[in-house]
Amino acid sequence: MSSASSTTSGAAKPASTRANPANKWEAAADWTDGRLGIYSLAKANLRKIFPDHWSFMLGEICLYSFIIIIMTGVYLTLFFKPSMGEVIYNGSYVPLKGISMSEAYASTMDISFEIRGGLLIRQIHHWAALVFVAAMLVHMMRVFFTGAFRKPREINWVFGFLLLILGMFDGFFGYSLPDDLLSGTGIRFMEGALLATPLVGTYLQMFLFGGEFPGHDIVPRFFTIHVLLIPGIMLGLLVAHLILVFYHKHTQWAGPGKTEKNVVGMPLMPVYMAKAGGFFFLVFGIIAAISAIASINPIWAYGPYRPDQVSTDAQPDWYMGFSEGLIRVMPGWEISVWGGHTLNLGVFIPLMVVFPLVLVAIGAYPFIEGWITGDKREHHILDRPRNAPVRTALGAAWISLYLVLLIGGGNDLFATHLHLSLNAITYFVRVGFFAVPVITFIVTKRWCLGLQRRDKEKVLHGRETGVIKRLPHGEFVEVHAQLPQQDLYKLTAHEQIQPVELPAQRDENGVARKAGVFTRTRAKLSRGFYGEGSQIPKPTAEEHHEITSGHGHH
Amino acid sequence: MSEEKLPESHGSAGEVADHGDPFADPGLPAHEPRRTDIDERAAKRAERQVSLMFVISMLATVGFIASYVAIDPDKIVYIFPLGHVSALNFALGMTLGVALFLIGAGAVHWARTLMSDVEMPAERHPIEADDEVRADVIQQFRTGAAESGFGRRKMIRNTLIGSMALVPLSGVVLLRDLGPLPEKKLKDTGWKEATPQKPLQLINMSTNSPMTADDIVIGSLTFAMPQGLHTHDEDFQQRIAKDALMLVRIAPEDIKDDTSKELGFQGILAYSKICTHVGCPISLYEQQTHHALCPCHQSTFDLADGARVIFGPAGHPLPQLKITTDEKGFLVATGDFDEPVGPSYWERAR
Repeated sequence: MSSASSTTSGAAKPASTRANPANKWEAAADWTDGRLGIYSLAKANLRKIFPDHWSFMLGEICLYSFIIIIMTGVYLTLFFKPSMGEVIYNGSYVPLKGISMSEAYASTMDISFEIRGGLLIRQIHHWAALVFVAAMLVHMMRVFFTGAFRKPREINWVFGFLLLILGMFDGFFGYSLPDDLLSGTGIRFMEGALLATPLVGTYLQMFLFGGEFPGHDIVPRFFTIHVLLIPGIMLGLLVAHLILVFYHKHTQWAGPGKTEKNVVGMPLMPVYMAKAGGFFFLVFGIIAAISAIASINPIWAYGPYRPDQVSTDAQPDWYMGFSEGLIRVMPGWEISVWGGHTLNLGVFIPLMVVFPLVLVAIGAYPFIEGWITGDKREHHILDRPRNAPVRTALGAAWISLYLVLLIGGGNDLFATHLHLSLNAITYFVRVGFFAVPVITFIVTKRWCLGLQRRDKEKVLHGRETGVIKRLPHGEFVEVHAQLPQQDLYKLTAHEQIQPVELPAQRDENGVARKAGVFTRTRAKLSRGFYGEGSQIPKPTAEEHHEITSGHGHH
Repeated sequence: MSEEKLPESHGSAGEVADHGDPFADPGLPAHEPRRTDIDERAAKRAERQVSLMFVISMLATVGFIASYVAIDPDKIVYIFPLGHVSALNFALGMTLGVALFLIGAGAVHWARTLMSDVEMPAERHPIEADDEVRADVIQQFRTGAAESGFGRRKMIRNTLIGSMALVPLSGVVLLRDLGPLPEKKLKDTGWKEATPQKPLQLINMSTNSPMTADDIVIGSLTFAMPQGLHTHDEDFQQRIAKDALMLVRIAPEDIKDDTSKELGFQGILAYSKICTHVGCPISLYEQQTHHALCPCHQSTFDLADGARVIFGPAGHPLPQLKITTDEKGFLVATGDFDEPVGPSYWERAR
C-alpha cells in the first residue's frame, strides 16, 4: 500500500478500494461487509441449492413450531406467577369462586379468563408443543426410513434425538406448571417413579420436591427448568443441528442427474426464502386457527390440584403416553431384598429401565447399523424404504410397540369408547408388548421384499399398457411397454450391500484362526440385514437385454 | 399461446441414447416451463392472486385488533359445530390464523408460480479432508503436544485427569440443600398424633364434621381426614397427600379378612385413599363387589379382603387404619397406619 504518498490527492483516497456502489443499499452492504465480512458469508449461501421433496418440510415444521413456542412462552411468562402460595380465587369464572388454590393455578385462570388474548396464546403454546413433538417424531421417522442418518450425518441424528427427548420432558414440565388437578396427578406419577428407584429413590424425591410431596417448591423449580434450563440446551442443540444440515447439504432421492457428488434443486434466494419463509406463516396460521377452534387443556374444568382428588381418564399428553402404557400394564411385582428393603419392580422396570432403553436404542441406531454394515463411505442419496427391508421392518416394529403402549396408556378411554373390558385390553397389551413388534417386523420385511420384486418385474417387463393383442395362433396377451430411461434408472439406482463375511477359518499359512464373539455376532447380524432372505437381487443389464431383445416378447 | 412453447413439444425430456447399459443415468431432465412462464396473462393472474392474499391478511390483522378492542372477554357464543366457545378467543384466533396463513400462502404461491423453478446441480465436497491436510494437521498437533510435554510428563497428566474428574462433584454436593433427608418422613402420617388416650376424630371431608358409626351406611364410600386439619392450612396439601382416608361399611359377614375386620368398627373399615402404585387417590367404588379402583392406572383393591390387589399394577394392599368410637360415639383413630401409605420405596419394610 502506498498510503504515505496519498495525503491530499483526491484520486488516491485511502478509504475504500471498492468501485462506487450503485445505490444506497449496496453502500450499506459495503459498510456492513467492512465490519462483519458478510460478502464472504453470502457468497456460499445466497444461491445455495436445496433439493425439493414434500417430506423435507417435516423438519421445517419442527423449527417453526419451536419458534412459536418460544414467542408465546415469553408472552405467558409475563403473566404467569410460578408460586405455590395459597390464594382464594375471585375471578370471573363462577364455579371456582371462593376456592383456595395456588397462585400458579390462579394466574393460569387469569391468563385464560381476564387477560384478553391470554387464552389464545396459552392454547397456541400448548398446541404448538404438541405439533413440535409430533413433527420431531415424524421428521425422525423420515430420516430413519430413508437412511438419511448414515455417514456423515450420525452426529446430527444424535442432536435430533436429544432434541426429541428434551422436547418430551419440557412438555411434561410445561403441563405440570398450571398446578391443576390433571397436572398434579402427573407429578405424583413422577414421584412414584422416583421412589421406586433402589437405594437413592427417597433422596431423589426429597431433593426434587424440596421435602415431602407436593411441598411448596415444585412449581417454581419446574418453571426454571421449563423456561430456562431445557429450552437453553435445546436452542444450542438446534443451532448445531441446523449448522450441520447446512454444512452437510441436504440429502436427495435417486433420480436422473442426481449423484452422491452433487445436490440438485433450486436456490435459497429467492425460491426457498419465499417457500420456507412462507411456510413459517402457514404453520403459525394453522396452529392459531386450531387454537381458536379446539380447546386444549381446559384447566378450569379440572380444578386446582388436591392430592386426595382425581378425575377419571387422567392421562398425560400423547407423547408421554407410552410411559403411561408401560406402567399400566406392568404387573405389580414387589420383592423384599436384604430383609427390610423393598424393590418395587412393578414401577422400576417400566419407568427406570424399559423407558430409557427404548429411547437409547433409537439414539444409538446409526452407530449400530454402521457397525453391522461396515460401510465407511459417505451417503447423500436416500434409500427407498423397500430397499432396506430389515431397517424398515425394525422401524415399523418400533412404531407398533409405541402404538401398543399408547393403547395401554389410554386403556380406560378404549374401554369406554369401544365398550371393551378394561382387563381384556390390559391383558392384550401385556401379550402385544412382546408379540406385536415381532409380527410387524415379519410382515413389513415381507412386504418390502414383495415391493422389490415388483420393481424388478417392472424394470424387466415394462409397464402394463392395458392394450390386449391377439397373436396369430389365437392367444391373447397384454402389451407391456418399456419404461423410459429415467424410470429404469430410478428403479435400479440403489446399491445392494453385501453382508460382512467371516474371515477365512485358516489364514494363508494354514493356521487355524478363531473369530471372536463380536466378529461372529456382527457377521450374523450382517447376514440378517443383507443376506439372501433380506434383499432381492437387482435386475442386471444382461437380464434386461435378454428379455427385451428376444422375439415375440410382450 | 404458440404451439412450440407447450411442454410436449420439447421432445421426450431426459432421454439419451442407449449406451448398452439400460440402467445408465440419463442426466438432468430438461426444464419444462410452467403456464405462468409462457403465458403473460396467467402470470398476471398469479400476481393478482398473491396480492389478494396479502390484502386479506392485512384486513384480518385489522379484524384482530378490532376484536381485541370490541369483544367482551366474558362473552360466550354458540358456533356450530364447536358448541359454546369464548367469542374473544374465537375471533382473535381466527383473524390471527387467517392473517398469518395468507402471508404464508401468498409467499408460497409466489414462489411456485412466478419465481424460477429451474433445477440446478451444485457440487458436493467430501466432509473428510484430503490426506495432505490430514497429515499436516496431525503433524501440527504432534508438535503442539510435544511442546506441552503432556505425553511425557505423565504425573501432570494423571493428576490433571484426576482433578478434572473430581471437580464436578462440587456441583453435585451443592445440590444437597435442595431438600431435606428422607429420614422417616415417608413412614409417618398425620394420624400419628392419635394415641389410645388421646384419639383423633375422623372428619368427614364433605360435611367437615365428625361422624358416628350410624352416619356410614352399608355400601357407601366416605372420605375423611384427621381432626385438626383444615383446608386453608399452610401444609394442607402435603398432609392430605398422606392422611386422606376412605371409609367403607361392609356387612360384617362379608368381610373375608379377620385382621381387617378387627381393625374396623362394626364393619366400617378405614383404608388409606392413596394408591400404593404411584400415589393417585383412589376414588371409584363398586358397591356390589366391594372393589375400589384407582382411575389413574386401574389398580383394583378388594376392600372386603384387606384391600388385596386383585388387578392392575399396584404391588401391595392399601394400608388400613385402626378405628373405634370415643365416649361421644364419634369415629376415632387411636394410632397411625401400621405401614407407610402411598407408593413403595427402597427403605419401606415389607
